[in-house]
Parts: sequence; structure tokens; C-alpha cells
Amino acid sequence: MDLALAPETLARWQFGITTVYHFLFVPLTISLAALTAGLQTAWVRTENEKYLRATKFWGKLFLINIAMGVVTGIVQEFQFGMNWSDYSRFVGDIFGAPLAFEALIAFFFESTFIGLWIFGWDKLPKKIHLACIWMVSIGTILSAYFILAANSWMQHPVGYKIDKARGRAELTDFWAVLTQNTALSQAFHTLSAAFLTGGAFMVGIAAYHLARKKHIREMKTSLRLGLVTVVIAGLLTAVSGDVLGKVMFKQQPMKMAAAEALWDGQKPAPFSIFAYGDVDKGHNTVAIEIPGLLSFLANDDFTSYVPGINDVNKSEQQKFGPGDYRPNIPVAFWGFRWMIGFGMASFAIGLAGLWLTRKKFMLPKHLRVGDDEVPHLVLFKYKALGPKLTTWYWRIAIWTLAFPLIANSWGWIFTEMGRQPWVVYGVLQTRDAVSPGVSQGEILTSMIVFTTLYAILAVIEVKLLVKYVKAGPPELTEADLNPPTKIGGDTRDADKPMAFSY
Amino acid sequence: MELHDVWFVLIAVLWTGYFFLEGFDFGVGILTKLLARNRPERRVLINTIGPVWDGNEVWLLTAGGATFAAFPEWYATLFSGFYLPLLVILVCLIVRGVAFEYRAKRPEENWQRNWETAIFWTSLIPAFLWGVAFGNIVRGVKIDQHFEYVGSLGDLFNPYAVLGGLVTLTLFTFHGAVFTALKTVGDIRLRARRLALWVGLVTAVLALGFLLWTQAHSGDDKSLVALIVAVVALVAALVANQAGREGWAFALSGLTIVASVAMLFLSLFPNVMPSTLNGDWSLTVTNASSSPYTLKIMTWCAAIATPLVLLYQSWTYWVFRKRIGTQHIAPDAAGAAH
Repeated sequence: MDLALAPETLARWQFGITTVYHFLFVPLTISLAALTAGLQTAWVRTENEKYLRATKFWGKLFLINIAMGVVTGIVQEFQFGMNWSDYSRFVGDIFGAPLAFEALIAFFFESTFIGLWIFGWDKLPKKIHLACIWMVSIGTILSAYFILAANSWMQHPVGYKIDKARGRAELTDFWAVLTQNTALSQAFHTLSAAFLTGGAFMVGIAAYHLARKKHIREMKTSLRLGLVTVVIAGLLTAVSGDVLGKVMFKQQPMKMAAAEALWDGQKPAPFSIFAYGDVDKGHNTVAIEIPGLLSFLANDDFTSYVPGINDVNKSEQQKFGPGDYRPNIPVAFWGFRWMIGFGMASFAIGLAGLWLTRKKFMLPKHLRVGDDEVPHLVLFKYKALGPKLTTWYWRIAIWTLAFPLIANSWGWIFTEMGRQPWVVYGVLQTRDAVSPGVSQGEILTSMIVFTTLYAILAVIEVKLLVKYVKAGPPELTEADLNPPTKIGGDTRDADKPMAFSY
Repeated sequence: MELHDVWFVLIAVLWTGYFFLEGFDFGVGILTKLLARNRPERRVLINTIGPVWDGNEVWLLTAGGATFAAFPEWYATLFSGFYLPLLVILVCLIVRGVAFEYRAKRPEENWQRNWETAIFWTSLIPAFLWGVAFGNIVRGVKIDQHFEYVGSLGDLFNPYAVLGGLVTLTLFTFHGAVFTALKTVGDIRLRARRLALWVGLVTAVLALGFLLWTQAHSGDDKSLVALIVAVVALVAALVANQAGREGWAFALSGLTIVASVAMLFLSLFPNVMPSTLNGDWSLTVTNASSSPYTLKIMTWCAAIATPLVLLYQSWTYWVFRKRIGTQHIAPDAAGAAH
């Protein structure tokens, strides 16, 4: 059968398309839930109306986004059985448990309390309504943890034994699956990156309005919240990325050698900024390198030895039998760079923004602004940026919205494709994981259907987001400012229209 | 009772929860075309399930996840075997979720009408296909010695399974109509009761046929009891509906669903997916289940989490206990704009 259309290839494409797409919404959901909850907390505590308007504004964008996250998530839950039935049979005893936990503990939480939050403005007292969005936030984080623990088990299987008679892997230590360092560092990294994503989303949209001098009060608050989130989360993403990288150097040396296009082991090993290689010949033809850096990233030591692709391939052949154990090297190499590049670019833009828009520190009186004014962008102590540079900063700040989304996608493509040919590292190969009973035509059908549907929905979703972004924060109504005191709504409101309805 | 038997029961409970809850919200989705006469009425209907449909759907995700964890072989055979029908269900659930959330986010007539049409079809199609799927699970399908489904797509649409699909379709519509009568106020409430009568009568005929067929095919004494409960509950639901006892009618239509699902699972046990090719190739609670260790962990999780879920989901229904009428719907989409 033509390799490009082999069921394994098609199933992988479908999984890749649906998962990368799903993960555009996931990090935004995780971070916007918490950021919206933060803004609403500020409203409840201070009763400053700008916080409520900001809550409603970001909450709306959050809801448009989470709707897509939820529905594309259903596919994920079913896809293992549909396209990867041999995988499901082999690992279900282990892999199924965190998924079931995720549904029972996190999904129920998230989806029940999101309903309460959406429709609860005139049904719940202020503080209970606030608690609902925090519950949603907790749900999203729990959900992320369980699914990342499941994925970490594929990266580095622990707490299991192989039952030869039944031909499957069986769980022996669930605690190990949930708390192995792969899971911990992967959750740390993914959650930091999620907050980087949400922070950059806020910065981008706030910058859009501030550049047009609109909705200044709410957008200034949002900008600062976004910038602080970007900087803290960006820093944590870098730190956790380093931690996860070191774990991966030990657990999957092939992935990390591929990430560096390091063909042969070196001591000390350099970090290549750019490389162009020949996969068939097994070496790079062009490479621009920083000496010793890779050794440091792998082992905290600038002079240590790092094994190369060819070395690991040989040792895996000895361990697992003949075969090619190399992943797609260009994808791993460039995926790794794009992940870091885009992620750190948004961090840098955020850091610059935080400095440029500072309120008081090292800022002379004449450059400080009131609540209703767009902040000056001040690079040096006494002088604001000129109009051209100011326009450019806002423009770049708007673009930064997309950067973490790109970084996230490449991060997943890198870590999943870098693990190939394994689906469960060292235990089960991807080619042995597909559904034997599902035909090429069926997979092709589902792949085309999902891709088309997702493309259409993407257009609808982005248009809707743009509409609500442009509309800005809503005006508050009487009902908004007078939340009910009783659960279920006050009786005086019995015949009033609902504060929110579909 | 061994742990895999416990999990057979729990999977049945999860599907029951799913059909009970999403059953009425599928029904309400179908009623947007059958019952509502204008846009405000359609919005009344949609808003009766607005705060809860998402939580209801999680019962399905949990049933899927729990099947994966407790009976990996069942999950693998079922999901890869029923590939195309499941694809259709997935597409429906995706579009349906987006339709609820996005419908009111733009004021244009066309935009809203398209999403309303989507809500109708994406409620109707899964309501039918779930019955087809369960009909096939109970009846058995062509499974080979490697537990692979080897039948065709056409095999899944055999008369028994199609009848099962019609039963879930009508039963959910009935359940939705009874729910609408319970949750609305005004003219639509009375019309919902009238419609419930007719849909209920059709359901009764179809369900009786399907359940008797099931009983004859693979029933025992226990499934017979469940069958009787289901039929009596359905008749009682119709009586309660006629008497205007809406709360009772809803509880009884719910009981009909519970008893029907119970009957299907009772006639299935100890198989989880019988093979029609060779009895030895059937998936059973023993050969399809996970290891005792995994089942033990899952049992703990379910024992703690399920009561909590029931508690906070019930609380949601209590928070949104008020009936909704057209007066509660803001005249345009403005209500949704903030």
C-alpha cells in the first residue's frame, strides 16, 4: 500500500491535526479561566466597575474559546478506541485510568460550574458566582494534570508490568504514573506555557484597544495583568523547559539528540542555532553552533558528553532489535527551535512592555499618566518613545498574541514526533498501535471530515472573537450592579428577562 | 460480586445517567422544530437546558473513559468497530455544542436560523444512533477471534438495531417534551403536554416491541422485571402527563429510561459485546476487563467522585429551578451580548 496513505500514516495525521487543533484552545481555556477569575475577584473585593467590565469582556472571549475546546476534546476521548484500538488494548489497563479520572473529577467539575457561571449572574449571590469560575479554573488545571500524566507515561512508562499471557501492559503502581518526574516537569512546563499563552492573548488585545485609545481604563488593567502574566509565566516556562529537557536527555536521548541534530556524540557538545543536514548520510552540512551549551542543557556541565543520533540508534538496535529508531530529524530540530523561539519572543515582548509601561519606578512625574490616559512608553529615564516606535511597539504587542500558540503547537509536534517510532517509548511502536479493523477509506473519510469541519469552525470562531474584541467591554446594566442575594434569584426578579440567555 | 462485575454495573450506571440527562436535552433540541412556533419559543426551549447540557454530556465522556479504563478490549472493539456511526455522532456533538454557545452571539436572522437547524439535526441524529449502537451491542455483532469487528457498516443497520434507534429517538423526544412541560410556563407548556401524549403513545408501541424482542433474544427473569418496570413507568408517565402532574411525568419518563437501559445491560451480562460468529469469541466481563489492581483504584475514584458529581449537578438543577417563559427572554440577542 502506498505509504503516504497507509492507515498508520493517516491515523497519525488525523491524530496530529485534531490534537494540535484542540490544543489551540486548551491553553487559552486554562489561563483565561484563571485570569477571568482573578478579575472577577478584584471586582468583588473592590467594587470598582472597571473590573466587572473587564471580567465580562474577557469572560466572553473565554467562553467563545472554551466552547471549541470542549467539543474538540470529545474527539480525543473517542479517538484512541477508533483509530488506535491495538494501542487501547495494550495500554488500556494503565492509560485508561487517568482518562477516566480526568472525566470523573475534572470534566464534570468544569462543565457543571461553567454552566452555573454563564447563567448564574442573576441566579447566584456575588461570592458564590465568583466561586463558580474558580471551580472552572481548578477543573481545567486538574484536567491538564491527568492527561499530561497519561502522556508522560507514553514518554516514559513507569509503574507497570507486561502480562505476556494477555499480551498487554498492566498497571502496578498508579501513584508512580501520577507523580513520576516526567509528569511533574511536563505539567509544570505545559501549565506555565498555558499562562504565557493567556497572558499574551490579553496583551495583544489590550494593545489593540490602547493603540486606538479606546476602553482605556479596562484595557490598561488588562495590559498590566497580561504583561505580568507573560513575564512570570515566560520565566517559568523557560525554567520548566530546562528541567523537562534534562529529564528527556536521560529518558529519551534520541529525542534530544534529534532536537539538536547532533549526529555523533560529542564532549563537550555544542548547541546549534541553525543546521542543515542530510538525514540519509547522517551528518550536518551546515551548522552554526554555540560550543558547550548542549552539554550544559543536558547535564548542567559545559564539558560533559552528549550522545548523538547515530550512537543512540545503535544502542537502541542492540536493545530492541534491528530497525531504524530515528524520528524525523528536521521536524524535531526545527520544531524545537520554533517552540523556543516563539515562546521566548513573546516573553521578551512582555518584558519590554512591562518596563515601557511602568507606573512609577524610575519614571519622572511628567511621564506618569492618569487612569483615563494611555501610558507613555518610556525606554530611558526621561524620554518617552516617539510616535513611530510607539506604534511599532503596540503593533508587535498585538502580534505576540499568536506567538505562544505557535510555540505550543511546535512543542507538541516536537515531543510527539521526537518519540517516534515509539508510541509508548521502548514498549510499543506506533505501527503496532493502529486499529487493524479500520479500513483506509474509513480513516481517510474521518480525517477529511474532521479537517473540513475544524477549518469551518476555525473561521467562525475567529470571526466571532474579532467581533467581540472590537466591541470592547460592555456597558453595565442595573442587574449587573445588583446581583441577587438568594440562590436561584430574588423573587422581585421573577418576571424579568434573564441576565443571560442563549 | 467481583470487581469486573461491579464495573459492569458502573458502566451501565454511567450510560443510564447519560441517557437520562442528555436524553431530555436531545429531546428539547428536537422539539425546537416540533414544538416551538417562533424564535422566542425556540429560545425558551434552548434555555431550559442552557446551563446543564454541557454537564449532561460529560456522562458520555465518563462512560467512554471508564470503559477504556475498566474494559479496554470492549472500548477498542466497540469504538473501532462502530467507526463511521461514531464519527457521525462526534460530528453532531461538536456542531451541537458550538451551536448552543454561538447561536445568540450574533443578531443576524440567518446566523441564528442556521444554528437552530443545526441544533435540531444534531440532537435527532445521535438520539437515533445511540439506540442503533446499543441494539447492536445487545444483539451481538460479527467479532473474530482477535476481538476485531469484521462486519460491514450495513450490518449495523439491521431491523432490531434500527428499531432500537427509533425507540431511543422517540423516548428521548417524549422525555424532552415532559421536561419542557415541567420547565416552562405559558402556552408552550400546554402544547408540550399535548405533544408528549402523542410522542409517548408512539414510544410505548415501539419500546414494547423492542423490549419484548430483546427479552426473547437474550432475556432472563431479571431482565423481565426491568422490562415490566419500563413499560409500567412509561404508561404511568403518560397518565401523569395527562393529569398535569409534570414532576411525576418527568420522574416516570426518566424511570422508563433507567429501566430500559437496565434491561439491556441485564440481558447483555456476562457478555459485554457478544460475537455472532462464535460464542467463544464474545467479549465478556472477564476477558475484556482490566487487571484487579486498576479496577480497585478506579472503584475508589468512582466511589468518592460519583456522589460528589451527583450532589453538585443536582444543585445546579436546583439553582435553575425556575420555569422559563417568553417573558424571560430578552427581546433580541442583546441579553447574550454581555
